[in-house]
Amino acid sequence: MQGVKDKNGVMRYVISLIVNGDYLTVTVKGNTLLVDLLRQQLNLTGTKRGCKLGNCGSCTVLLDGKAVSSCLVLAVEADGREITTIEGVAQSEKLDKLQESFIDNAAIQCGYCTSGMILSAKALLTKNPHPTETEVRTAIAGNLCRCTGYVNIVKAILAAAEA
Amino acid sequence: MHLPDFNYYQPETLQEACEILGRYGAKAKVLAGGTDLLPKMKQDVLAPEALVSLKMVSGMSDIEKVPGRGVVIGAKTSPNDLVNSSVLHENFMSVSEAAHSMANNQVRNMGTIAGNIVNAIPSADLPPILIALSATVTLVGPVGSRTLVLEDFITGVSRTAIAPDEIMEEVVIPEQSTTGSAYFKFGLRHSGALAVVGVAAAVTMQGSLVRDVRIVLGAVAPTPMRAKKAEEILRGKNVTDDLIAEAGKSAAVECKPISDIRASEEYRRDMVRVFTKRALRKAIYLEQSES
Ligand SMILES: Cc1cc2nc3c(=O)[nH]c(=O)nc-3n(C[C@H](O)[C@H](O)[C@H](O)COP(=O)(O)OP(=O)(O)OC[C@H]3O[C@@H](n4cnc5c(N)ncnc54)[C@H](O)[C@@H]3O)c2cc1C
Repeated sequence: MQGVKDKNGVMRYVISLIVNGDYLTVTVKGNTLLVDLLRQQLNLTGTKRGCKLGNCGSCTVLLDGKAVSSCLVLAVEADGREITTIEGVAQSEKLDKLQESFIDNAAIQCGYCTSGMILSAKALLTKNPHPTETEVRTAIAGNLCRCTGYVNIVKAILAAAEA
Repeated sequence: MHLPDFNYYQPETLQEACEILGRYGAKAKVLAGGTDLLPKMKQDVLAPEALVSLKMVSGMSDIEKVPGRGVVIGAKTSPNDLVNSSVLHENFMSVSEAAHSMANNQVRNMGTIAGNIVNAIPSADLPPILIALSATVTLVGPVGSRTLVLEDFITGVSRTAIAPDEIMEEVVIPEQSTTGSAYFKFGLRHSGALAVVGVAAAVTMQGSLVRDVRIVLGAVAPTPMRAKKAEEILRGKNVTDDLIAEAGKSAAVECKPISDIRASEEYRRDMVRVFTKRALRKAIYLEQSES
């Protein structure tokens, strides 16, 4: 990873990463968080900022296939790694079965937690295609829904696993 | 909630990392998963001048059974690695269970065992069970490495015996006769809640005889603490429900909890009594069910 001082004397780092299948090279500061790289530099605003402390899960993305809170990951630490955001879940125009299932089961109310919920669920189903309800609840325990729509969210994930 | 600026380093060897740490002294911090460090920096609790990332330092991410040494756990191992480790499932399921009781899935993917230990908050979930299993930690410094008993490594709230230019490389659970161990955590929610009380127990049983026992209490003193009087009540005795109850009462007297937003001192003491009994019963039952 290369670092260069900009004209104000601030270090900028050139990082390469794969975001939703695209190979990207971007310049970030040491204290740029992955969530801000995604939202502000790459305009991928489907990833939400919530508590900023790793409690709420609204900034969940997949890092090398694992669910992480992008508010607690430095962008420089994502150098050389593969990121999936909610924008990368659908196959071009075709929604993922999890996304279809969230719609069919009315698992979306205000929608703020949905991106994170779907990515946590995606990581679970990739590893464990037929989870129990307890496994589903454990996987999304770090994704808070303040509309408290958990019943339908769990239903949607279980239905997507069946499909 | 802004993350303040710092100098960022991505060394490729431990030696290089120690050198950078040495240049900054206490003003630099090792960055592992960042799940303790970054929230503290965002909340102005810490403002290190430099972060030295372990990302590019290879190794330190395996969990292996090494003959003559025990179970060797790399410092960068995540809580979810501990949850999923077949080596731990076969030898010390209690460690996997303690890791599973931590945080939430995202944080369990990001955090590390070394971060949990070096951060040294009283409610941390991994130290009690690791201390009950007599774990040691190996620290690498500019002039070689040293191994400390984990029980002595944590010296106070957010204080440990590590020097500013040292890096934790591995945690070792030594070979031992113990096979029955358990960790019980009480948090205010199932997920994403720190321990109000955590109790770990490890026993060596011979039939119903308690040959050895270690009980470690978390979140009820500045550091995880052994309940040594409770251990004495059981050591060398034939186990009975009455003795287990007595050990629970003793642990409740021995601990030094505070009252805070999560629970009162009295409540914590009573939970220590109950969880000491449960941890002992589970550890003893597991051992006896195997023989
Ligand atoms: C939402 C949330 C919930 C949480 N819940 C729990 C919980 O239930 N139970 C619990 O125990 N913890 C919990 N934590 C705390 C935290 O996730 C764990 O302590 C985690 O294991 C820390 O590891 P890390 O790699 O992220 O540490 P970092 O933040 O990277 O580092 C923590 C400290 O350790 C030092 N350090 C890290 N690695 C090394 C090394 N190899 N050598 C020397 N020094 C090192 C760092 O310099 C720093 O001082 C929670 C955190 C969050 C954000």
